[in-house]
Amino acid sequence: MRELELLIIGSGPAGLCAAISAASSGAKVLILERSFQPGGQLIKQTHMFFGSERQYASHRGVDIADILLRRAAEFGDRIELMLNATAVGFYEDNVVTVLKDEKEYFKIKAKSIICATGAFEKSLAFPNNDLPGIYGAGAVQTLMNVYGVRPGNRVLMVGAGNIGVIVSYQLMQAGIQVAAVLDAAPRIGAYLVHASKLARMGVPILCSHTIKEAIGTDCLEAAVVCRVDQRFRPIPGTERRFDVDVMCVSVGLSPLNELLAMRGAAMRYVPQLSGTVPLRTVDCETSIPGIYVAGDASGIEEASSAMAEGYLAGLCAAAGLGHVPEDYGARRQEYLGQLEDLRSGPVGDRIRAGMKLSAL
Amino acid sequence: MDENTIICRCSDVTLKEIRALIAQGYLSFDEIKRITRVGMGPCQGKTCGQLVLREIANATGQSMAELQFHQLRPPVVGVKLHLIAEEAERHEE
Repeated sequence: MRELELLIIGSGPAGLCAAISAASSGAKVLILERSFQPGGQLIKQTHMFFGSERQYASHRGVDIADILLRRAAEFGDRIELMLNATAVGFYEDNVVTVLKDEKEYFKIKAKSIICATGAFEKSLAFPNNDLPGIYGAGAVQTLMNVYGVRPGNRVLMVGAGNIGVIVSYQLMQAGIQVAAVLDAAPRIGAYLVHASKLARMGVPILCSHTIKEAIGTDCLEAAVVCRVDQRFRPIPGTERRFDVDVMCVSVGLSPLNELLAMRGAAMRYVPQLSGTVPLRTVDCETSIPGIYVAGDASGIEEASSAMAEGYLAGLCAAAGLGHVPEDYGARRQEYLGQLEDLRSGPVGDRIRAGMKLSAL
Repeated sequence: MDENTIICRCSDVTLKEIRALIAQGYLSFDEIKRITRVGMGPCQGKTCGQLVLREIANATGQSMAELQFHQLRPPVVGVKLHLIAEEAERHEE
């Protein structure tokens, strides 16, 4: 069985930054990535990011992945990246089982592990929700921007958060019609700069609306939506039908951290962080010493916070292994400061409340 | 229309079936899982988990935080049995 210092599960923004950070302290790192290419969800983000320069604002997500991968490559064999490799089990003695290329299965044991496994899309219950043509919005974004496949011709987007609105815009850039964007909430959840682009292109954004049913025989042919009242109950008589062959469900993400749960890390359902999350210290260490979490796996935020958490977790995990750089204190303060900035202000209220509930 | 609303895509379990079980007093994810197989398919509960818990919460008045999801166990995706057997043999040698 292969034994190593630091294992990072996931090569999205959190995992790559954790690897760069730990390697720059002198740790030797193996990253497991279940996909055939590294970068996590960054590789399908063709839009420019907002925020601070320290998290590569005004770069496109796909370019940020390239920047991080080039930085990781500078560390030579101190960072090894294993692709098509899914961590399938996580056991008490810090053994992780790996399925590689769907034909190799083996064990790895690591002194310290950072779980940067990201998130999954939440689903929605409505009649005929299993008709072909009904996708998660993130799945459609992958289909278009990673594989170059058109999902269909005319789309109804269910959810006006950032993902719903950004994917709607990217669908239109690909020459696909967007019939409408709807959201049960009374207000648009996305940044208004994204929503305004859609509005200018004539796409109706219907707030206080929900999906009532999908219609179709062998695949999606139409969708019926209706208004909801303040308690999200459908209002009879307000139904509208849209003839669409694609529906994207974009009702939020949930942290993906089943490996930590099976390892026995203390977990808690925290609605502000969009699901069940591991309890952790300010340094991203879970209830199990040497086991860290970073990025969406610790609670749904943005790629910018995932990067800052990755840098922090990588620094602290390496320090726990004895790789304490001279500027350890300054770097730790820098990353903690970045996270505080990203979570400041009224938009950060929810995240800060979630952080309190998940603090060790 | 509940019979056409799929809660578990892996095992084709409908909202109607989930609600009928809750009405019979099956008020935990684990109990509903053992009867219907929700959470036991390839997605291991990522699609159905929060939908089932939300139904239980709505029926009982509990908050989502008070409800238990099932115990997560390896493997998180399907692994062919012969691969597991071969890995075990390697360690015996």
